[in-house]
Amino acid sequence: MAKMTLEELRKLRAGEKQALSNREIEGKEVQVIIGMGTCGIAAGAKETMDGFVNTINANGLKNVTIRQTGCMGLCYAEPTVEVKMAGMADTIYGNVDAEVAKKIVEHHIMNKRLVNKHIFDKPAADITQ
Amino acid sequence: MHFAVCDYILDMVQNSLEAGADRIELVLTERYNGLTLSLRDNGCGMTEEELEKAKDPFYTDGIKHASRKVGLGIPFLIQLAETSEGRFGITSTKGVGTEIAAFFNTTHIDTPPVGNLVSLFYQAMTFDGSYELIIRRIFPSNGKDDYELVRSQLAEILGDLNRAGSMGLLRDFIASQEEN
Repeated sequence: MAKMTLEELRKLRAGEKQALSNREIEGKEVQVIIGMGTCGIAAGAKETMDGFVNTINANGLKNVTIRQTGCMGLCYAEPTVEVKMAGMADTIYGNVDAEVAKKIVEHHIMNKRLVNKHIFDKPAADITQ
Repeated sequence: MHFAVCDYILDMVQNSLEAGADRIELVLTERYNGLTLSLRDNGCGMTEEELEKAKDPFYTDGIKHASRKVGLGIPFLIQLAETSEGRFGITSTKGVGTEIAAFFNTTHIDTPPVGNLVSLFYQAMTFDGSYELIIRRIFPSNGKDDYELVRSQLAEILGDLNRAGSMGLLRDFIASQEEN
């Protein structure tokens, strides 16, 4: 890849904006919150975040924001990720590596299906069945 | 210890933000034998006494985690410097800010791999809040071009940096700077 200038970046962004306005946005904003404390980082949260960015962009999802937070208090289950979106209970997933991140995007965010094995908090047991 | 040198650096950037810094300067100089880090923030800073405590792995202020007995961020860096012939120094002034200088000796077998600097940079840029982050990459000897990333400039072009789309573009941009 040739070195990109700020001007080129601006053009890419403008192109993306155009694509965004052409697409009908389904539903509301989706928020993915990744625990990036010392514990999260040690457990590989950086790769998790890369995984989310890759899969979200590969699927052309435009209404997802990714935020980073400190430790959520579940250090034994790091990397932890919370997903908030309309139509789904707020869910905390644990032990999320890049592979699981891909599943969360494809199942939870795109198809409103929980990734059962990695749920750590929130939805009542009867929902996860 | 952390898995990669990058992880130590991200941990320190997060410390700066937690200390309320709204301006952080990160300079990474790459030489044949290692990576030199200089990080300066204008966060709340520490008194001499607090600074000594921060170096102790069995100390934490108890604010973030009420029942926890350890605080490992800075001790991890000290441990790494001690075990791998690296260097670590930290100075701080209460109410003014904190400065960290470190040398990661990449020729030493006990230094972890540097890791993915591109991921480190875009992640350090995308924490919440309206802080300014300036990252300088300096290559004195290997012929690569030095470059500088300024968060406010990138945010002006990309809009909300937390959108996954912006993050993808930001990462591509940084990767293209790092490659050349």
